[in-house]
Amino acid sequence: MIHYPAIVVIAPLVGALIAGILSFVEERYAYPAALIATGISCAAAVRDLIYVAGHGPIAYHMGGWAPPMGIEYRIDTLNAMVLVLITAIAFLNLAASWPNIKQEMPDRSPSFYAMYLLFVVGLTGVASTGDLFNLYVLIEITSLSSYTMIALGDRDRGPISALNYVFVGVIGASFYLLGVGYIYIKTGTLNMAEFATMIPTLQDSTTILTAFILCIVGVFIKMALFPLHVWLPNAYSYAPVGFARIVAPLMTKVMVYVMVRLMITVFGLDYIFIKLHIADTLVWLGTIAILAGGVMALAQTNLKKMLAYIIVCEIGYMVGGAWLGNDLGLTGAVLHILNDGLMTFALFLAVGNMVYKLDRVQIKDLKGLFAKMPWTMTGFVLAAFSIVGVPPTCGFFSKWYLILGAFKAGAWHFAAALIISSLICAVLFFKVFEVCFFESPDTHDGHGSDTHGRHTTVAIQEAPAISLAVLGIAGISLIVVGMYSKTIVVRLIWPLLSS
Amino acid sequence: MEFIQSIKPILAVLIPLAVIPVLVSSGGRPNVREAWTFIAGILSFALVVSMVPAVLDGNRIGLTLFPIAPGADIALSVDALGMLFALVASSLYIITAMYSIGYMRGLNEHSQTRFVAFFALAISATIGAAFSANLITLYLFYEILSLATYPLVTHHQDEKSKVSGRRYLTFILGTSIGLVLPAMIWCYHATGTLEFSAAGIFTGQLSTPSATVLLLMFVFGFAKAGIMPVHTWLPAAMVAPTPVSALLHAVAVVKVGVFSIIRVLTGIFGVELLSSLGLGGLVAFIASVTILTSSAIALSQDEFKRRLAYSTIGQLSYIVLGAALLSPKGMTGGILHITMHAFGKITLFFCAGAIYVATGKKYLSQMVGIGYRMPVTMTAFLIGAMSIIGLPPTGGFISKWYLVLGTLEGDQAVMLFVLLTSSLLNAAYFMPIFYKAFFCTQAEAMFERKFDEAPVMCVVPLVITALISFIFFFVPQPFLKLSTLAVTGFTGG
Amino acid sequence: MTELFMLIAAKYNYCLYVILMMIGLYAMIAKNNLMKKLVGMNIFQTAIILFYVSIGFKHNATIPIIMGDHGHGGHGAAINAADYMNPLPHVLMLTAIVVSVATLGVAMALCVKVYQRYQTLEEDELRMRLSEKIKL
Repeated sequence: MIHYPAIVVIAPLVGALIAGILSFVEERYAYPAALIATGISCAAAVRDLIYVAGHGPIAYHMGGWAPPMGIEYRIDTLNAMVLVLITAIAFLNLAASWPNIKQEMPDRSPSFYAMYLLFVVGLTGVASTGDLFNLYVLIEITSLSSYTMIALGDRDRGPISALNYVFVGVIGASFYLLGVGYIYIKTGTLNMAEFATMIPTLQDSTTILTAFILCIVGVFIKMALFPLHVWLPNAYSYAPVGFARIVAPLMTKVMVYVMVRLMITVFGLDYIFIKLHIADTLVWLGTIAILAGGVMALAQTNLKKMLAYIIVCEIGYMVGGAWLGNDLGLTGAVLHILNDGLMTFALFLAVGNMVYKLDRVQIKDLKGLFAKMPWTMTGFVLAAFSIVGVPPTCGFFSKWYLILGAFKAGAWHFAAALIISSLICAVLFFKVFEVCFFESPDTHDGHGSDTHGRHTTVAIQEAPAISLAVLGIAGISLIVVGMYSKTIVVRLIWPLLSS
Repeated sequence: MEFIQSIKPILAVLIPLAVIPVLVSSGGRPNVREAWTFIAGILSFALVVSMVPAVLDGNRIGLTLFPIAPGADIALSVDALGMLFALVASSLYIITAMYSIGYMRGLNEHSQTRFVAFFALAISATIGAAFSANLITLYLFYEILSLATYPLVTHHQDEKSKVSGRRYLTFILGTSIGLVLPAMIWCYHATGTLEFSAAGIFTGQLSTPSATVLLLMFVFGFAKAGIMPVHTWLPAAMVAPTPVSALLHAVAVVKVGVFSIIRVLTGIFGVELLSSLGLGGLVAFIASVTILTSSAIALSQDEFKRRLAYSTIGQLSYIVLGAALLSPKGMTGGILHITMHAFGKITLFFCAGAIYVATGKKYLSQMVGIGYRMPVTMTAFLIGAMSIIGLPPTGGFISKWYLVLGTLEGDQAVMLFVLLTSSLLNAAYFMPIFYKAFFCTQAEAMFERKFDEAPVMCVVPLVITALISFIFFFVPQPFLKLSTLAVTGFTGG
Repeated sequence: MTELFMLIAAKYNYCLYVILMMIGLYAMIAKNNLMKKLVGMNIFQTAIILFYVSIGFKHNATIPIIMGDHGHGGHGAAINAADYMNPLPHVLMLTAIVVSVATLGVAMALCVKVYQRYQTLEEDELRMRLSEKIKL
């Protein structure tokens, strides 16, 4: 009962070790080991969430060493929610991607599972830790495993995209590290909670200001905020499907979580909004990110790249929303971490199914997909509606809070950007739907008025059942999470903001 | 006047939705599939009807489903106005189900299962919109309806459908996301609630310029109401199969649009606020422009369905005009016209479809002398047209009568002039059709004088709706009572 | 101006390491050869490590190892913390060095893969080859 926060992080770590060993000894057991590890992690995270929602934050000391000597893992409602998101997606993705992994890298799958588990370790650690330096280490663990896994993807472009990602990622993480160094110089502590008690006296210090800027810029690079997003489209498009499905929903969102954590817990809302006057600039940056991401997505002919630019757009939502300066904006941003993770997961599940069957996902290759892959397309449509923001899917509700927050803060440009991006996303997705619906597969475009009896029934060639089942779960969760938005907001997010 | 908690509203919404998996799985056996459609339609109609007595007594039935934010829940509430709309929608669903069997089978259309499934979804959303207790629930069902009708409009999956589908989405989704969503959030931001209240939700938070802008955002944002210039999707949507045009674009989709505008005018702004700010006149003006322009355009249309489409645009603005008059009789007339126009227009669309199934003709210039071949259809056409024009002894006369009384009540002679002129225009574009169908020489006639009607399943529904339009003249209940009750609620007694 | 010089003279270690960082950053961005970029990356990370280590330095302090009796700790003599350099940054940097090495290893493995595929490590050539591939 006491060690659950550690189990969430350690179960995948042990699993990675076992999978690594098994890859030499008995390959077949690597996959079940990975599944079990993520399953245990997910169960522990859920239990933590239930506990924290009822009893308040958990402060777990690793190895029993009390801070500031030891590393503290601090789970409050924000983390717990993010942890459940991470572990649930990790578990479901393993289940859904098994056919894809077998198709794309049949000879290297055990090592893939080991790296995958290390990635999960990194993510869960980032979300759990209460120590600034430990955060750096775990961010790097996450990044390292993602570099290798991206390289396992597209044979032509995977390694290069990964290499570019390495360079940018190292810069980002190193900035963050430098920032932590400045904090350490000034305060002598690396523990988030302890630093939070010290900051009221340090508000005028330039060192702390520098630290803040460095940390935030580092995190911005890692979360692909425009214009620091250049690494993202290539990295996510050329990654293998099994990995793209977990990195796209989670990596950047977890970095947004880090930003929120820095804002709320470490530096404190007083310092950020009252002392510093950068909030307006950052809201503008968010606005530009939204519009730039949307416009660039419109120009894409490859479905995966299009989705990657939509991710850039969504990051703009969260950054702008968080920096609006009021409760509603932060609520919207945090809710959007959850919602966007789910939506992106569902989207990439659907796209992965398409890749499994079609191998290439240039938009013009998707002809007649509604007939050929109806279930995948249903999931895709649901996820698309969530991104556009159609109720009752979850995407609508985070948009609600974000727009409301923008109105309250008088940030009309941000509200306008949110509305415009909904329209742009509608255009984007209906462009894809049109190809899937109107053009018949493998023949000429429909030219002709009356095609009344000419429709031949197209055989359904769907993805494997397990992928569809997980897509179904993801799709339904979009609606369920949407319906329970108020519960989530009231029980998980508002307690965080009031403390 | 009490609020009764009941799950009947949500059941009425869910039944067509719940039948969709059954429809999809019985796709291989068409008769079973159609039987399920009927079962769903009859069940939800029965549920709606069962709530009529309580509503007529002045009560409201409802249920809160799930909360979104303080003051904004997804909630259903059945009052007189919603009941009227739901009765129209659920009854006509059954009749249209019958009609679409005849039509789709007569033309051997493809993907009938998909058609039937999305139709059920659309009706579910319509009933949901009718029963919405507040603006956000209404917005939810409005959006679901827009998306559910897209596959229906683009059913033929050819190039024309693609272009029309794009136009459909641009105007309907673009306005709802671009105008209604910010307007709705603005309301919530200003007042903290979105419930439809008898005197509106604003208590002095709006200045006249902001109220005007907000109102216009709503009026043009609900593009389904076909106010010009956001009306272009309606003629474009006529590429859909006729049952779609009939039910959705004469009854469900367009009526959700005007219904939403009425709800906003009466439940969000409130009659008092609108008259004190003088905004009723602005909306009435916009509606009048639409009425006159669309009626004039209808005169020039040769394709039967497009003429009907422009006629619909005009008639919808009658409803908006009635509500904008802000006088009790005017509003009653507008609300009653929802029903009368629905039954009349659906008859006309059924006729157009029946002619297409029987003869393959879509253009009026090709339909000279068709009366002798299809007398039943054309007689029904006459009755439907008379209802739209507003001639006795059809139901349309009653609603137009109230509208005229409403303009006199409010001393708005200009509107009276608009109403009369447009009635003349309506006659001008409908009567020649009937005339040419029956009164022509043997040489001009394009058809043999042999009786050769459309399939039975097509003819029976249009006879039913024509008869109902006729009966409405004598017994416009319970719709008249519901309209008056609704208006009493808005004007506070 | 003199204040600036005084400041730099006082904190010359930090300035030095920032200059080193900028050299590494320049190499990462401006150099064409992937290996040179890697080296730049390593310089950049090493500069930060040195920065941290220099934080722990104190004047007239010795290395942070407690000499003396091998008994149960030096409970006898009180230990003056000011006499020993701060070990914590060193410890942190051990971890950071490991991270840096791992990153370097991964990056080099990626370079090997790129070389196997394209037979070149020059970035402009790679770009040209990739755009040719798109045209194919």
